[in-house]
Amino acid sequence: MTHKVVPVKTFAFVFLALIALTITTVGVSKLELGEYNFICAMTIAVIKGSLVVWFFMDVRRSSSMTKLFVGAGLFWLAILLTFVLSDYMSRGWLPRPYWW
Amino acid sequence: MADTEATLHEHPPELKHHFDDSEQQLESSTLGMWVFLLTEIMFFGGMFGGYTVYRNLYPDAFASTSHFMNVTLGGLNTGVLICSSFTMVLAVRSAQLGKKKALITFLVLTLILGTVFLVIKYLEYHEKWVDHHIPGPGFRYAEPQFFHQAQILFFLYFAMTGMHAIHMIVGAGLLTTLIVMASRDKFNAEWYTPVEMIGLYWHFVDIVWIFLFPLLYLIGHTS
Repeated sequence: MTHKVVPVKTFAFVFLALIALTITTVGVSKLELGEYNFICAMTIAVIKGSLVVWFFMDVRRSSSMTKLFVGAGLFWLAILLTFVLSDYMSRGWLPRPYWW
Repeated sequence: MADTEATLHEHPPELKHHFDDSEQQLESSTLGMWVFLLTEIMFFGGMFGGYTVYRNLYPDAFASTSHFMNVTLGGLNTGVLICSSFTMVLAVRSAQLGKKKALITFLVLTLILGTVFLVIKYLEYHEKWVDHHIPGPGFRYAEPQFFHQAQILFFLYFAMTGMHAIHMIVGAGLLTTLIVMASRDKFNAEWYTPVEMIGLYWHFVDIVWIFLFPLLYLIGHTS
């Protein structure tokens, strides 16, 4: 239509990057890195997810309104996870009030 | 007068009269689809939130369960889904170029890869069934101190991968519809909106798996 068609090369490059990152994340999970195992796995997952959203779902060429909606969705997801975690992780930090 | 009438009604047959042009119509569809996907983010977000809470409460139990996850099959499935996303973008691209034959070929390939994913998922579920790793009265676990906590993880595993698999089955149905529509010449280079929208859905389901795979299969794998 009005959009210029994306060359196959771009998609093939993103595809190969996704496969390479999958192999990397499995490889890194075999190493003993302690807490960094989780951080590495999540970082790679976020990169992979962003590649799919940006190139495959074509958000990079979508309207500003669509981009705003995508950002809002991620922002609300961040609110959900942050507030749930701040509750559970801070439990027991304070003593019970005397009237409890 | 007659001249104005004629120009007023001169538009592509797929363009609905309440849109200015095809571009605006496609933009509206894309935005609407994204609003639907936002509700899906919230839906899966709730389950990811539940997973996060329980993983923080019982980190040792969750680490022990990842030894019983089949990383080979999970990794293979990740590859299969990424391939299916690749064939899906190529299908959308063929639709943009108005190549009917290529469009149908790529849609069929996507459908086949989606089915391969579900078959591998079935093999994994079967393995869990044989190992008594399904939460409930028949549950057995090698490390008795984690008996109760491990069931929470396996429950989350089945809830999250099960919801994902249901989305895959719905996606397979949508792909079948697209294949039928494409073979009946419903799409052309000017109008292929359903292909693009179902493409967005398919990629979204792929992204959910991209996060499920490390969380359920890889974390705590070494300890």
